[in-house]
Amino acid sequence: MDDRLRNELSRQGIFVTTFEDLYNWGRKNSLWPLGFGLACCAIEMIATSMARWDLARFGAEVFRPSPRQADLMIVAGTVTKKMAPQVVRLYNQMAEPKYVIAMGACAISGGPFKQGYNVLKGIDRFIPVDVHIPGCPPRPEALLHAFMTLQRKIDGQTLSGATRPRHLDPEAPAEFPVPDFGGRDLEPPRNPGIWRPPALPREG
Amino acid sequence: MNPGPDHPYLFLALLMAAAVLFALIPLALARLWAWKFAPAKAGPTKQAIYECGLESRGDAWVQFRSEYYLYALVFLIFDVEALFLLPFAVSFGGLPVGAVLAMLMFVLLLVEGLVWAWQKGVLTWK
Repeated sequence: MDDRLRNELSRQGIFVTTFEDLYNWGRKNSLWPLGFGLACCAIEMIATSMARWDLARFGAEVFRPSPRQADLMIVAGTVTKKMAPQVVRLYNQMAEPKYVIAMGACAISGGPFKQGYNVLKGIDRFIPVDVHIPGCPPRPEALLHAFMTLQRKIDGQTLSGATRPRHLDPEAPAEFPVPDFGGRDLEPPRNPGIWRPPALPREG
Repeated sequence: MNPGPDHPYLFLALLMAAAVLFALIPLALARLWAWKFAPAKAGPTKQAIYECGLESRGDAWVQFRSEYYLYALVFLIFDVEALFLLPFAVSFGGLPVGAVLAMLMFVLLLVEGLVWAWQKGVLTWK
């Protein structure tokens, strides 16, 4: 329905909406995060859920102890190569539709430990990340901003058509391969179907 | 609608039907929504047992030895004894004779349980 007609009707006191809007409105205001933290960023995540920053305003204070009940994974902290298979398996065990926030420099790129032999250089090598937050650690305000960014993203998702999100697409993969903790590195070291490194334009 | 004298319980039947529909219709709508808009995305990892991200090892149907009730009993003896001995010791100086005797009786009852466990050989570590 076009916006002008909707505005006209709402001026007359008639509220019109679509199933899509109702569905997205409900989903974006009840994001339940999976309760787990990997390193110091988790402290900021906990602070965000407490009274001063009050994540409950966004309907997301219910940190679930089981992936079956969660639909948002906040990867808060350094992902070591030993831990990466567990994180991917937890993501696979979450119910659809599910979203991922990579919180902090470590989760998005390895951060200050990027040169470490045991540090995964970004969780987006294995699972699809919806929102990246830079910072070491990001302040709770940054996490709130990521939440609002994710809410805007959910609000814009369509129920059908070619641009529908992957959870509505029966052809999209249900699970992402869990890497093995091998002798030298994770095997495979990345999921090429997900991770598309940016091409750096080199001059000269 | 008047149920009349022939069907005095018609209202109850109608309410029953309404109650059942009240529960079933949202479930049916949710199932319809899931069928139309949310395809099931099942997979071996998703269906697997949740164990904090680890692969589960062995069977979940583990048997516990039934003899553990002895440990529970012995624990109870020491636990209850410690619970009451502390206030007993604190107010020991000002207690009348009757209270001391009652407390001794109580402790002796617990000690009897300990003697029983000792006789049974529970206290020997095997």
